[in-house]
Amino acid sequence: MVMIAALLGITLLGALVTFMANDRYAARLATAISSIPALLSVWMYWQYYQHFQGAGNALLTPGEAAFVQQIPWVELAGFELQYYVGLDGVSMPLLTLTTVLTTLALVSSWTPISERQNQFYGLMLLMEASLIGVFAALDFFLWFVFWEGVLIPMYFLIGVWGGPRRKYAAIKFFVYTNVASLIMFVGFFSLVFGLGDEISTLGLPAIAQALRGGAELGSLFGFPLATVAFVLMFFGFAVKVPVFPVHTWLPDAHVEAPTPVSVMLAGVLLKMGTYALLRFNFTMLSDVAISLAPYIGAIGVLSVIYGAMLALAQRDLKRIVAYSSISSMGYVILGLVAFTPHGVGGATFQMISHGLISGLMFMAVGVIYNETHTRMIGDMSGLADRMPWTVGIFVSAAFGYMGLPLMSGFAAEVLVFLGSFGATETLGTLAPVFTALAMFGIVVVAGYLLWAMQRSVFGPYRLETDYEVAGAPFHDVAPLVVLLLLVITLGVAPDLSYRMIQHAVNPILDVGGGI
Amino acid sequence: MTQLALQMTQSSWTALAPTLLLALSALALLLVDSISPEESDSTLLAGVAGLGSLAAAITTMVFLFGGRGLPTEQGGQGIVSLFGDQLVVDQMSLFFTFIVASVVTLVVVASSDYLRDHRYKAEYYTLVLLAATGMSLLASANSLAVAFVSLELASLPSFALVAFLKSNKGSVEAGLKYFLVGALSSAVFAYGISLVYAATGALQFDAVATAIGEGAPTGVLGVGILMIVGGVAYKTASSPFHFWAPEAYEGAPAPISAFLSSASKAAGFVLAFRVFITAFPLDVAGAAIDWVLVFQVLAIVTMFVGNFAAATQEKVKRMLAYSSIGHAGYVLIALAALTGGVDQSQVLGAGMAHLLVYGFMNTGAFLFVALAEYWGVGRTFEDYNGLATQAPLACAAMTVFLFSLAGLPIGGGFFSKFALLMATVNSGTWLLGAALIINSALSLFYYSRVVKAMWIEDPADGLELDGYPVGLYTAVVAAGVVTFLLLPGFDVVIGFAESAASLV
Repeated sequence: MVMIAALLGITLLGALVTFMANDRYAARLATAISSIPALLSVWMYWQYYQHFQGAGNALLTPGEAAFVQQIPWVELAGFELQYYVGLDGVSMPLLTLTTVLTTLALVSSWTPISERQNQFYGLMLLMEASLIGVFAALDFFLWFVFWEGVLIPMYFLIGVWGGPRRKYAAIKFFVYTNVASLIMFVGFFSLVFGLGDEISTLGLPAIAQALRGGAELGSLFGFPLATVAFVLMFFGFAVKVPVFPVHTWLPDAHVEAPTPVSVMLAGVLLKMGTYALLRFNFTMLSDVAISLAPYIGAIGVLSVIYGAMLALAQRDLKRIVAYSSISSMGYVILGLVAFTPHGVGGATFQMISHGLISGLMFMAVGVIYNETHTRMIGDMSGLADRMPWTVGIFVSAAFGYMGLPLMSGFAAEVLVFLGSFGATETLGTLAPVFTALAMFGIVVVAGYLLWAMQRSVFGPYRLETDYEVAGAPFHDVAPLVVLLLLVITLGVAPDLSYRMIQHAVNPILDVGGGI
Repeated sequence: MTQLALQMTQSSWTALAPTLLLALSALALLLVDSISPEESDSTLLAGVAGLGSLAAAITTMVFLFGGRGLPTEQGGQGIVSLFGDQLVVDQMSLFFTFIVASVVTLVVVASSDYLRDHRYKAEYYTLVLLAATGMSLLASANSLAVAFVSLELASLPSFALVAFLKSNKGSVEAGLKYFLVGALSSAVFAYGISLVYAATGALQFDAVATAIGEGAPTGVLGVGILMIVGGVAYKTASSPFHFWAPEAYEGAPAPISAFLSSASKAAGFVLAFRVFITAFPLDVAGAAIDWVLVFQVLAIVTMFVGNFAAATQEKVKRMLAYSSIGHAGYVLIALAALTGGVDQSQVLGAGMAHLLVYGFMNTGAFLFVALAEYWGVGRTFEDYNGLATQAPLACAAMTVFLFSLAGLPIGGGFFSKFALLMATVNSGTWLLGAALIINSALSLFYYSRVVKAMWIEDPADGLELDGYPVGLYTAVVAAGVVTFLLLPGFDVVIGFAESAASLV
């Protein structure tokens, strides 16, 4: 199946063409190019939905994965590295999220990006290609190449087109994530050396099966090697998620990044961290994950509460959304660590749902900023009069964030809480405590979002400008509408994604239990 | 340490074709120059030199893919030995000739623009090709005498080339410094050879090894080997003989810096690989001196010296010069990790693969500096501010070079560094592996400073670039494309490197 190779090829080639293109038509060219992988992946999603619905986990039952392609690549130091890609119920929705969100983010770039457009759009497409690769790769080295391939364009996107403190934010992002990658790399390779002769390739399925097959790993400096590797990899991925206390790069990166880059950062890049946690830590080393569950769960709950509290203290709309992302990713951690079908499934569903909703929120804030040139809550009020469409969608998105029923956020959070409440096997008596604390996070979310909306978009109109604020142009509002429709669709019919997710996560849970 | 080198089945002049092509193009250049002296248009000269070196590079590729230099038992056409075993053409010789010839091609193409206002162009190209001939012979040398003569053939033109900018004080000073250190270390090297000859009565590599095995005076031999280590350290710009490198690379014309830091370094390493593995195999020479231990110390010191010094530089070219020392330290792992019981083809192959990838990415980076010098934008990091607004394509290529040098998976440097890391792990030399990781992480800091300046910093007021020179652009972009393609295509490189390494 060459479908994934086609996705990668089109985006990479498109990136190159756009990079060389003339500034005048780079925006439209890139958007047109990116619509091809978007449509193709939607078609693939539909195929998957119809024919592969019951396929298992790509790592544990690799024979059932969809769109698999496997070509030998490099034989290096006794390992066979391969071009090995394939999709299962976890990666298929994430890949579709990536391609669709990229196209929408590119449309939303038309207004704010006016300088060095060919470079901007070229880098966005390069990042899309890398993200597709991250979710599709089933060989460690291939995956790692794409993983790093996401960081490099992101560094430029923040550093060149960002706000006033862009240089600081870009360097901080680059240092944090590269150090994290290095630590994760060391952690993973300690596993590979621990396995020794039991594996001959670095295909993730082979490694996952060897590890779950009860391979003896030995110990390192008196600690079990599995635990050492787990902690190193967890740290590496936690920076990416991010969780408390390694989250400090996120607000800087978000605030300085231009709107479309924030959309990609919150919508997809954060999911790389949780996706990798699910694939590596929770699938390969599930025993360690269960034994460390209370600590990881505590980190998740702490992120929920702490992120929400920080959001409560912000006056900048974009900062509010940025901090609330930390809070939302805390739910994902809690769901994963519950290690119950609904917990892990809900966490995966939350990745999709948060990708759509946070992308929508950032985009809406961006559209408001395009017209008002401020994001400070105190500077404006009553915007609903002037830009009814944008504000209407912004309010809907905020309610989605709060978990209003019939929107995807509700389904995701209900599933996570169901799962974590029943997680007596991993969290023991802490399960209800953690769940209750995390649910309290929703109250705080509602608090700061309602407060922010009441101050900025409702009430009498007030905004000091030397021009007339009018509604946003059509091409700014259209991506918002599409995203909102997707949020509602998944809220009404979560089974469009949840069933395939459930089939993919069930094999992971064989060692777990609970509901 | 296989004895396959003895089973030379075919004696044929054609095996030397790549080396001969380089030498003949040098002579052709002198001919062209005497027919039309002081040709103001350098296209003809650069064309002859470029075509000659490109033909040499392509010939080595054809030979490698055609199975030349591979023993017939392994399905090849056999290892070729010439002049009474003084020269040997095996896969390793072809591999390194390919590195030298392709670097020379890039350098020559770039020089056509760089030299636009200079005189003595024909001499410049001739000297480059003669030095390349020497490096290529060094890759084939099979006796200490030939090695010394080839080393001198490679070195003497280099001294003149470094001092090529006669009116530039820095260039002349660099040339003199390079020459003095070079003369000293040549003397040390020659004295080391004489001591080895005194101890063993042989110059040919295999004969030296045999003589050591039959019992040679270990004291004299040990001192001789140590002096040869010194000669090698000089040629590869490794500690403790690296002091010439930053001055020479900074003062020299940038294309010559590219040539010396890539091709010359590779030539130094092929000499080291051959001498130490064929002539002083550890199982027999270990009694005289444990040279693996010596190289372990040198590798670690070189890595740290190069990278820490690079991190404190203010000028891009000087930073690249120190980074080049750091990379010499990485490649030294190929010798330092040759502990007992380790698979030689993997360890040595990793070093060879890194030299090939390095040949492209480092040459490209120095040629970008040549481009900046051509534009006259200045030499410090700040002077590169905002270059990407004017020259995005060249800056994109430079970004690929720098990130690949750092070991990010955007070019072949990622895999070659990983191969070196695996070599340290498999041989149990964890300290070398740790030094490699620490220094790679550190190197990202100073490489990304250039990237940040080019892309993220705002350009200085009135930054205007003086045209887009075709030759320099072609060379930089071609090196960038090859550096990137070496990531998906690394299998070919490591395949030939490991197979060549197993033959020595």
